[in-house]
Amino acid sequence: MCTICGCGEGETKIEGARLHRHADGTVHAHAGEDGHEHAAGSHGHDHAHGHAHDHAHAHEHGPGCAHGQAHADLHYGRGPAHAHAPGISQERMVAIERNILAKNDAYARGNRRRFAQRGIFALNLVSSPGSGKTTLLVETIRRLAGELPLAVIEGDQQTSHDAERIRATGTAAVQINTGKGCHLDASQIEHALTHLDPAADSLLFIENVGNLVCPSAFDLGEAHKVVVLSVTEGEDKPLKYPDMFAAASLMVLNKIDLLPHLDFDVQQAIDAARRVNPAITVLQVSASRGIGMEAWLDWLRAGAGAAAAQRAELAAQEGRRRAQLEEHIASLR
Amino acid sequence: MHEMSLAEGVIGVVEDTLAAQPPAPGEAVRTVRLEIGRLAAVELQALRFAFEVVRRGTVAEAAALEVIEVPGTAWCMRCCGSVPLAQRGDPCPTCGSHQLQVTAGDELRVKDIEMAAAATS
Repeated sequence: MCTICGCGEGETKIEGARLHRHADGTVHAHAGEDGHEHAAGSHGHDHAHGHAHDHAHAHEHGPGCAHGQAHADLHYGRGPAHAHAPGISQERMVAIERNILAKNDAYARGNRRRFAQRGIFALNLVSSPGSGKTTLLVETIRRLAGELPLAVIEGDQQTSHDAERIRATGTAAVQINTGKGCHLDASQIEHALTHLDPAADSLLFIENVGNLVCPSAFDLGEAHKVVVLSVTEGEDKPLKYPDMFAAASLMVLNKIDLLPHLDFDVQQAIDAARRVNPAITVLQVSASRGIGMEAWLDWLRAGAGAAAAQRAELAAQEGRRRAQLEEHIASLR
Repeated sequence: MHEMSLAEGVIGVVEDTLAAQPPAPGEAVRTVRLEIGRLAAVELQALRFAFEVVRRGTVAEAAALEVIEVPGTAWCMRCCGSVPLAQRGDPCPTCGSHQLQVTAGDELRVKDIEMAAAATS
């Protein structure tokens, strides 16, 4: 069973090729219908190493020491209550202090580092199925193409429909099919990035599987989670699915063109979101009718600009460091 | 959510630790202790059940699972103080405000393991 999402081993597919994950973390894809063969990938990520302190207490006896009863006066942690063989260490605690999702977190850190180095502003779009994520992306791409480099990673259980819709706009997209899986995880994103290779200073959209529960727990290495809620869903969604709304930086309230036909209370929805996440930003849009899109595009531009500036700063630092080293080498000659 | 894969995650963390520090001859994992926050997205009963299943055939085959529940805590921006929080969306128990920032209670962590001589467990 997949150790990340519980799906069957080898069910995840990226662009039709089965993803095979080894116990040591090496990931590669087997040949798909299109004949693609991918060598075992090189990974620029670290694995987290928790601290493990050895508290071994050797319990040794001198010759002639006879015992067959409890050592009432010797306590190692909880202490043994019965006879033991001499020379074998007693109980010991090994401190670990490591997150259960440490493996995913390690991949996420690797992704985040790669994004920082390339100035990529990565967003994780989450929502229930049918809130309009893909339409929002298509309409966003139509307005930003030419202004910013764009790339998309799509996640669904099956089909490439969403990736195809994105590609139809002229923007590169990779489809991840999770099979039975209900969320994208960081190792899948890492693998997708080797296919996609977004340009420097790109805006990368990761459209997660439609699901308001599971994706909240899985860091993909994104800058922000953006939760899309549509007005056909009910104002109390944030209260019903607090983990997701608490994890998001921005809530996009979509399909506002339908408000005249519904009893949806916009302020109630915003208040509910703020109850579980006082810091959340809210934007109201209709992606299909083009209402409110400029504020959303400005939010995107600001984030992409900051990521690009950060990359420029990192590059400048590297340049200065290199100059220092070259100067030092020259002085040694 | 995903208690089965979380249980496998626990086994994975334990196995990684013991790969780095192999057990002494005759030693086995007696207890695995987890820190699970009350605000964490996990159902404890399901996690216990899943652990019973996934530990079979692993280094933690005979290990008991101990869960330390970490209560939810939040910083109330209106009170300017730390308050207990039973679940997300609850108001501050002191002043009733929802201006809260969770500071503890969403942990999903393997805290430590207890190793003991297998014959005496």
